[in-house]
Amino acid sequence: MNVPENVISTNGFAIRTDRVSRHYKMGDALIRAVDQISLEVQTGEFLALLGASGSGKSTLLNLIAGLDRPSSGAILAQGRDLAGMSSEELASHRNQTIGIVFQSFQLLPRMTLEENVELPLRLAEVPRGERPERVREALDRVGLGARVKHRPPELSGGEQQRAAIARALVNRPMILLADEPTGNLDTKTGEEIMGLIAAIHRPPSGAGRTIVMVTHERALAERFADRIVTLSDGAISREERLR
Amino acid sequence: MKVRDLTELAARNLREAVLRNSLTTLGIAVGVASLVALLSLGVGLQQLVNRSVARAGLFDTVSVRPRQNTPFGQPGGGGGRRTPREGSNLEPPRALDDAARKEIAALPNVLEVNPEVRFTAEARLEPNSQLVLVSGMAQSSQSSGTLDGMTGKFFSGPDVQEVIVQGDMAKRLLEDGKAPTALLGQEITLRFAQRQALPPPSQQAAADAPNQAVGPDEEAMGFSIVPSEKKFRVVGVLPGSDSGGGPVGFNNAGLYLPLAVAEKLQVVQGADLRDVARTSTGVGQRYAALNVRATGPAAVTQLESSISHMGFAAFSLIDVTRNLRTFFAIFDLFLGIFGSLALAVASLGIINTLVMAILERRREIGVLKALGAANRDVRQLFFAEAGVMGLVGGVAGVMLGWGIGRVIQFGTMVYMKRQGLSSPNIWSVPWWLVLGAIGFAVLISLVSGIYPASRAAQLDPVEALRYE
Ligand SMILES: Nc1ncnc2c1ncn2[C@@H]1O[C@H](COP(=O)(O)OP(=O)(O)OP(=O)(O)O)[C@@H](O)[C@H]1O
Ligand SMILES: [Mg+2]
Repeated sequence: MNVPENVISTNGFAIRTDRVSRHYKMGDALIRAVDQISLEVQTGEFLALLGASGSGKSTLLNLIAGLDRPSSGAILAQGRDLAGMSSEELASHRNQTIGIVFQSFQLLPRMTLEENVELPLRLAEVPRGERPERVREALDRVGLGARVKHRPPELSGGEQQRAAIARALVNRPMILLADEPTGNLDTKTGEEIMGLIAAIHRPPSGAGRTIVMVTHERALAERFADRIVTLSDGAISREERLR
Repeated sequence: MKVRDLTELAARNLREAVLRNSLTTLGIAVGVASLVALLSLGVGLQQLVNRSVARAGLFDTVSVRPRQNTPFGQPGGGGGRRTPREGSNLEPPRALDDAARKEIAALPNVLEVNPEVRFTAEARLEPNSQLVLVSGMAQSSQSSGTLDGMTGKFFSGPDVQEVIVQGDMAKRLLEDGKAPTALLGQEITLRFAQRQALPPPSQQAAADAPNQAVGPDEEAMGFSIVPSEKKFRVVGVLPGSDSGGGPVGFNNAGLYLPLAVAEKLQVVQGADLRDVARTSTGVGQRYAALNVRATGPAAVTQLESSISHMGFAAFSLIDVTRNLRTFFAIFDLFLGIFGSLALAVASLGIINTLVMAILERRREIGVLKALGAANRDVRQLFFAEAGVMGLVGGVAGVMLGWGIGRVIQFGTMVYMKRQGLSSPNIWSVPWWLVLGAIGFAVLISLVSGIYPASRAAQLDPVEALRYE
């Protein structure tokens, strides 16, 4: 499951969408969840997506993640067009190029943290010998090195989200996508998680990551993001560069 | 995903819904068990029949008789020993004499050739007397398994005045209520019709002698018939026919004498009388029938046709068992179909369980896909789960089926014992059945997994992960 390195000129963009749309047909009505959005995210940039409920934030994020396919338009991630990929290639893209974090954590409740974090490695067919070290490294990074044998229901929400972040990062993806990662957490815990994401964006040492985060909370976006893009009715209504 | 990761994940998924999955697996096990139990019964019964036929030495025996006359002769029958008569299509069949016996004995794959000596005699054990069919028994019968279940001993030698009595006959000779084995050591008097050769016929007697039919240029075959008596000591008693024991087939008789002794008695046999009435060309001893023992059942068909080409009627039970085999093939097929029906029902259980699992595990499937599982990975995971249930169910089913078989066998044994019968082994689980049943269970499970697995693989991850 290795992404071939035949990267089209990235021009410093980690993600580029070109008039991408995602429409849903509901009977006679056509719902334009995402409508002709062209967006560029630079490598190493931290982008926050804001917008009212139903404005199409999650839909756009799922398109970038390769979980969903656009109705029209192109999505380039690390230079490769997702719209032209087979479903196997998309799976590999989800496994290797991106890491995803959800509002509701989405850990498998019956597996220990260790096992949850190992899943992407299994899917990537990483040799068994390398896995324990990679898992421990990822869990250490989010401060859960002591809880590896615990199961998600035994943990607080913040801890679960940190485990989910460890799982998203264990395959060392270039891009981290987060859909309202703090939406289920109290303010204090949410800020902890934001601190963790910021540290992943710009670690004290080593290379950073490109981050696209959907959020409702403008304050958090202003504190941590490089740029804020606001959506309404499936289109970009406002763009603010902060840093 | 690697096979090991797939099976690990499959096994843990199965353990998570342990009750439902064990019930499904139990369903498969019951299906496999019924298949194994029915087929084992079929195989066991077939072996039982084959064994009793083989025990009688019938698989390797060819019975040879002279051909009956037909109005138009015997095409291809005989090797120049016929004596064609002018103006007649009626060719006498080839005589079964010493020369023919030697010729048959010289054929390949022949172990031994024994004359068949059979006659009716009166057996007396005061105060009872019975008309009984007497048969000569070759020494080789001792080792051929023909006498399984006999009480007492085999003849102490080829030339002794000893007799082996069939169980039913023993009962009739004894007083009421006595066990057949009470006959052992007693002496039975046999009264029979003996053939005594006449002095060579004089020329003038030839015109009105009973052997007038014999051509004047042929050797005379004259004899007279006198009643004769001899005593024989009972050395062995065979089980009665009602318990399924004792020799069956060609040599079925009430009393058995050593073959050489029976021959020397010179009892009048049916063939003697026939020969008196017929122009015959042979020299010396004639036989009513010869029993030819081949080296094995495989040689019998060839031997049969060689003997047939020599001009004799040859008959073996191979022909009969061929039909028997066809019968059992169909019988087993039917048992197999009924067994498979149970397995088919079990496969619906697998489909149901896996479809339920998809509904329950929507979110999990969505998570796996979000983390990079391809449709193929999800499909293989569900296949692996179906396969594991099939394998476990298959192994458990074989054990269960084996157990059921033991119970049936035990029940039959108890029933047969109570009826005073011997208890045969009607149960056999061959290796091919064990492996075949497990393989079949896995195959059926995988086929059942096709629909659920592809449905799981097609699941839309966005849909599956939508926050509720
Ligand atoms: N499967 C679907 N079928 C029909 N309409 C859909 C489907 N999925 C999403 N939509 C519609 O697309 C629009 C955008 O949905 P989306 O989930 O992207 O909004 P969102 O910005 O993430 O909202 P929220 O902040 O509440 O999560 C909504 O109007 C939604 O009803
Ligand atoms: Mg959303």
